[in-house]
Amino acid sequence: MTDANFETSRRMFLGLAASGLAATVAASRAMAAAPVKTSARVVIIGAGAGGTALVNRLVDRLEGAKITILDPSKEHLYQPGLSLVAAGLKPASYTQSKTTDWLSGDIEYINEAAAGIDPETRTVTTAGGQKIGYDFLVVAPGLVLDNDAIEGFSLDLIGSNGIGALYAGPDYAARTWQAAQKFTEDGGVGIFTRPATEMKCAGAPLKHTFLIDDIARTTGNAGKTNIIYAANNNSLFGVPIVSEKVRMLFDNRGITPAYSHVLKSIEPGKRLATFDTPDGDAELEYDYLHVIPPQRAPDVIRQSGLSWSDKWIGQGWVEVDKQTLRHLRYPEIFALGDVAGVPKGKTAASVKWQVPVVEDHLVAAIEGREGTALYNGYTSCPLITRVGRAMLIEFDYNNNLTPSFPGIIAPLEELWISWLMKEVALKATYNAMLRGKA
Amino acid sequence: MKDLTLTTMIAVFEEIFGTGLFWTMVAAAVLITVAYIYVLIRDRSMSMQKFLLAQLSMPFGAVAAVVFVQMMTNSGFSDIGGPIDIIVLLGVAALGAVGLAVLVYTIQSLMRPPSR
Repeated sequence: MTDANFETSRRMFLGLAASGLAATVAASRAMAAAPVKTSARVVIIGAGAGGTALVNRLVDRLEGAKITILDPSKEHLYQPGLSLVAAGLKPASYTQSKTTDWLSGDIEYINEAAAGIDPETRTVTTAGGQKIGYDFLVVAPGLVLDNDAIEGFSLDLIGSNGIGALYAGPDYAARTWQAAQKFTEDGGVGIFTRPATEMKCAGAPLKHTFLIDDIARTTGNAGKTNIIYAANNNSLFGVPIVSEKVRMLFDNRGITPAYSHVLKSIEPGKRLATFDTPDGDAELEYDYLHVIPPQRAPDVIRQSGLSWSDKWIGQGWVEVDKQTLRHLRYPEIFALGDVAGVPKGKTAASVKWQVPVVEDHLVAAIEGREGTALYNGYTSCPLITRVGRAMLIEFDYNNNLTPSFPGIIAPLEELWISWLMKEVALKATYNAMLRGKA
Repeated sequence: MKDLTLTTMIAVFEEIFGTGLFWTMVAAAVLITVAYIYVLIRDRSMSMQKFLLAQLSMPFGAVAAVVFVQMMTNSGFSDIGGPIDIIVLLGVAALGAVGLAVLVYTIQSLMRPPSR
């Protein structure tokens, strides 16, 4: 071999590497479309998963727009992590970050709640009395937990008296684990409930049930526990094929379903829970009770006239087209996330699919054309069945399973890879979504 | 997954490890690969003696990679639930084995170049 040959090889190699890099950079640049020039005023109510992800995409799509985002909370919550916190697998801090960590500098952030929306004059009033006019409004304030609807229940009970309520927030989820852990050690009757209203992540009540059962099992106390899952109707999950699978898993694990048992009131002193059933009230004693209260749209939405008047009465979800998420009476208003009046779709995974749809229609409207993106109701739920395994369940409006990896990751199989996705990749994907990158 | 593109994947990995650590790891992987190709081109042949040691290191790389994944997550061997899980486990082991073998071979070649 001569030196000349050697030099040629090295040059070729370096050239090849450099051209590969250049091609990658060029390809990623070509994907970003030129921003639309506009002076439109866009107001977004809520800096949760939906509002934050959308605003970070809009700043890239729009040039010159005045974008305002409102949120009363200084803290951003990674809500999919709450079920892990309530099983002692992650600390409360795993779900907490600062709202401002995720917002870019090119927008106006108002750390106040929206106190009023007037869709006729196109004005939002903040809790501090500030009036903000808008050309386009995106409502994404999330939902509220109606704790008072469960008689005898209050947040200060969580963590003691055998009461858990993981939906209430990071600290309450951590306190839920205190109560649940005691149950996994001492045993007794554990009752896991869910409300009859629409709710965020309908898989979470099941996850909590499965996790606490599994932890009791691995600590060697399975024989001491009697676990009851109180379903709100005659199924265990909204998607029939998944409900059947859960029924089989419950059967296998010795978890007793109590169908059409909706929690109505509790007597913490007596450890007695009363359920509304088709046969009248039913009382059940418990040693551990997991409470998920009824869920509704925030008052500001229900009072603004944006809600459905003939569907979900008393819950107040925003009246939007289920494919475009655009308000049916006020086309300049969109709803995103939990507050949207669409079947299913109250998960972070739904938000991930909804955000590009709202973005498309909003930017199209600013340009004076019609958008084309449609939301098909996609929702995903890594349904944890034990510590270390989950089922990666994905479905749409029509209760069809829509697996992302057909033939590779089976949706109705308890798999380690689905658990790895939940534990390792999900928060990362969520964060990337918040930044508008996924 | 929606839009499972290279940019999405990069964004997700940046979040898993943190931007700094992720790109440091990418740089380390690229550096080792480049160094490996460099010694192959420089020496014009594989040294079987060095390759033997590299091969002997492979089981250690495989075990280390699997243990690393299990330590970073709340899971273990008993959670293997289906064929894809076995493929993932073998994939992790294979990555660890090949990665360490390449590293061991490259380090030897850089430290003890063949006499010309």
